[in-house]
Amino acid sequence: MSYFRAENLSLHFGGLKAVDAVSFAVEKGEILSIIGPNGAGKSSIFNLISRIYRPTSGRIFFEDQDITEEPPYDIARLGIARTFQNIELFENATVLSNLLVGRHRHSTTQLWQELLFLPSVRANEKVHRRRVEQVIEFLDLEPYRDKLISGLPYGVRKVIELARALCSEPKLILLDEPSSGLNVEETDDMSFWIRDMKSELGITVLMVEHDMSLVNRVSDRVIALNYGRVLAMGSPAEVQQHPDVVAAYLGA
Amino acid sequence: MRFLFKTDYEDDIKLFPHSGYLVSYGVLLALLLIAPYLLSSYLMSQLVFVCIYATVGVALLILTGFTGQASLGHAAFLAIGAYTAAYLQKYNVPFPVYFLAAGGLTGIIGAMVGFPALRLTGIYLVIATISFALIVEEILARWESVTNGNEGMRVKTLSLLGVTVPRDSPTFYYLCLAVLVLTIIGTLNLLRSPTGRAFVAIRDSETAARSMGVNVALYKVKSFAISAAITGFAGVLFAHKLSFISPEMFTLQLSIEFIIVILIGGAFSLHGAVLGAIFIVMIDPFLTYLKDDMPGMIAGIAATFGAGPATAGSIKSNVAAFASLNGLKGAIYGIIIVLFVLFEPLGLYGRWLKIKLFFQLFPLYKRATFKRQKIYVKSERNR
Repeated sequence: MSYFRAENLSLHFGGLKAVDAVSFAVEKGEILSIIGPNGAGKSSIFNLISRIYRPTSGRIFFEDQDITEEPPYDIARLGIARTFQNIELFENATVLSNLLVGRHRHSTTQLWQELLFLPSVRANEKVHRRRVEQVIEFLDLEPYRDKLISGLPYGVRKVIELARALCSEPKLILLDEPSSGLNVEETDDMSFWIRDMKSELGITVLMVEHDMSLVNRVSDRVIALNYGRVLAMGSPAEVQQHPDVVAAYLGA
Repeated sequence: MRFLFKTDYEDDIKLFPHSGYLVSYGVLLALLLIAPYLLSSYLMSQLVFVCIYATVGVALLILTGFTGQASLGHAAFLAIGAYTAAYLQKYNVPFPVYFLAAGGLTGIIGAMVGFPALRLTGIYLVIATISFALIVEEILARWESVTNGNEGMRVKTLSLLGVTVPRDSPTFYYLCLAVLVLTIIGTLNLLRSPTGRAFVAIRDSETAARSMGVNVALYKVKSFAISAAITGFAGVLFAHKLSFISPEMFTLQLSIEFIIVILIGGAFSLHGAVLGAIFIVMIDPFLTYLKDDMPGMIAGIAATFGAGPATAGSIKSNVAAFASLNGLKGAIYGIIIVLFVLFEPLGLYGRWLKIKLFFQLFPLYKRATFKRQKIYVKSERNR
């Protein structure tokens, strides 16, 4: 049984088939990239997994559990975190509180305890804070801890979004175009972090990406999509040479 | 300027980041405690209203400022708290019991308002909360067996543990102050724990909050309930302070006054709620003063510039007629809101921060420090 599995996943908007009977599996501890031209349905697959959209048909399994009908907020609780293509940070909050929201799935305290800030809440807060600090160290975010998001440059925001996802200590992380808008150096850093996430933190990575050099550097396997369908699946080199993929990108 | 060197995670958690806060808040608290011996009875009465308005302001701030759910229905929550107190008082229920009951009941009703509000955002939520306020107002006027209808209800003098506490006694003021301080402390506690961060997350991006595991619907309802409950507590104090309540006291205008409290104070800080409360409570005597004295003043100015007695007299009567126009207060409130939104979007507290920073950085202060950057990166597609 594979770790994460999508079976015949479809998402139709009226007659438009954004995702059309897509099946794939992710093995534990691998980095799987999804590539494809614009509008191929890559981000839609992510939105289906994190339940922003409800699939028209098909099922999603994670750790042998059917998660197709789980409410969106439980997806994170199961250990699936994600980042967004266009950055969805909490703009008017500090970096630290953004990262602490990432810890939400681990919070156990009740409202009345929090109103009184009982010692148990304080102890929990310290644990959260320590975990956040580990992620800050991992991603070199020390200079930004107390800064407001609204004043930070795009590249840093992108890293903070990754950090927020890591703070939830996910088992599977969905990265939606981690390198979009980043310069060459930042993309290099990102590729190191993605590999470290796999090797040091043991996180399985599912990634949508356009930058083929990044895909080649980090991916164990690649899936190519076009018009909501799987064109090819395999190692990065295999997929890039696949005639259908070449046709989709360059025209037949 | 003071630089804080943090050496412990506790430094990020504690309420007072450094000893300077303890000193300034200590002085403030001491001044507030000796206020009854310093201020005239009129100002004391105004100060009680400041406490009550600030409590409602903090409540509204939790809902609007932190969770991002606008509400123009807080007058109704205040009314529910006030009427619950007045009604239970008829059956000789002791103060602590009806105080808690009023807060609890208002909290439950707040949660019930929160449920339909889950599907509404922005202006539609405002409309829904206005409708709720109008419904409550109407119920208060019609449900005569309980609320005594438009004749209103008399609220007996507060009696706490066998001691009568008249509404203009220092004890009553201390009670209101205690409720305000406890509300503020509770809110600060909330903000430094997961629930408060979930509120802020919902305000800034519901999609991201959801994908981080925040049950958005549950937390919105919680926010409504907490906000309503605090307003209910304030309602009990409000009823005691006025000693008489009737439906026309809890109109839309009162809800708008609460919005002004947080808008003018500064929409994202508790300091702002208190400053806004001071502003709104003190603007009333100021307007009355203008109404009484402005006609004479303007006529006097006109006279010094050579207007004849007849002209001066007609100026005086015209200005007096204008100053006592119906709805002038509402118009002035409207103008104040518009001016603040346009020129001081961070409110009075934002202005204070700017002044403070000016002196801290002198002479290097830059006006652009507080300018909002416009960055268009946020996706609206998933909403």
